[in-house]
Amino acid sequence: MIDFISQPWPWYVAGPLIGIVVPALLLIGGKQFGISENLRHMCAWAPGKVEFFQYDWKNGIWNLTLIFGVVIGGYIASTFIGSSDPVGISEATRSDLALLGISNFEGLMPSQFFSWEGLMSGPGFFLIVIGGFLVGFGARYAGGCTSGHAISGLADLQLPSLIAVMGFFAGGLIATFFILPLIL
Amino acid sequence: MTTQSNNGMGRLLPYLLIGIYFGIIFTKSEVISWFRIQEMFRFQAFHMYGIIGSAAAVAMISVQIIKRKKLKTFGGEDIVIPPKDMGSGTRYWLGGTMFGLGWALTGACPGPMFALVGNGFTIMLIAILSAVAGTYTYGVLRPRLPH
Repeated sequence: MIDFISQPWPWYVAGPLIGIVVPALLLIGGKQFGISENLRHMCAWAPGKVEFFQYDWKNGIWNLTLIFGVVIGGYIASTFIGSSDPVGISEATRSDLALLGISNFEGLMPSQFFSWEGLMSGPGFFLIVIGGFLVGFGARYAGGCTSGHAISGLADLQLPSLIAVMGFFAGGLIATFFILPLIL
Repeated sequence: MTTQSNNGMGRLLPYLLIGIYFGIIFTKSEVISWFRIQEMFRFQAFHMYGIIGSAAAVAMISVQIIKRKKLKTFGGEDIVIPPKDMGSGTRYWLGGTMFGLGWALTGACPGPMFALVGNGFTIMLIAILSAVAGTYTYGVLRPRLPH
């Protein structure tokens, strides 16, 4: 059992465990699953006069609590049931990334970019700062992120969510095949 | 639903537990891995598609049951899921594409960014800060953007 939970979990275990939270949130408090709303709540919490953020951030305290739990969950998973093996990506991905100059496949992210030293490098800064900015801007412009559109929006059979998800992939493919080769 | 009962510590506990549950699943299924996101966008494994697809399928079946049976919350309140406003559709494809660019660059959508911090990648606090700045910039520009 301990072996099983320490190993990476297969998709058919993780996917349904994530999906079931959508009805759970609805039944517990009529809440809709949408993680990126928290970024807006953080802006609403800060003082300012921008109309989009003029609401009581405390309405989102349930969601901010949830995201705080995600940090704790990440800590628990890595500290107590972590696996020291590199992420089990396919050989094809590994060789494609090696061609881009990624040499270290230890851990969850390439540490040459995703570290405090990496941030000081051009590529690291681009991936972390520009990438993060686009995640925040795009999620709010699109009205949701992976959780709000790809999971709960599609679950509610919303056409706008399907368009947003197609956009997610269009952007992801552009970044993967055109931007990464340029900046790395 | 008063603000006070909504903010009571007891009321928040389920959300804290759901968050912890997510943090563990996100980590153990490696969806928070930059490498996994690259593998997905290169169509080199089924893993991420399986996770997002089966999560959406389970959510879809349960949301449809909730809607058809008109189920209420455990507290007896109606469950209302407002439909998304299509508008011109611009916000969905354009905002979605921008989000996708960021997703592939950081290798993380918002939930996984927080899980990565818990995993010890404190550098992702910078990504979160940038994402908050992006959200703020959207809020400022919103009146001038096509939606």
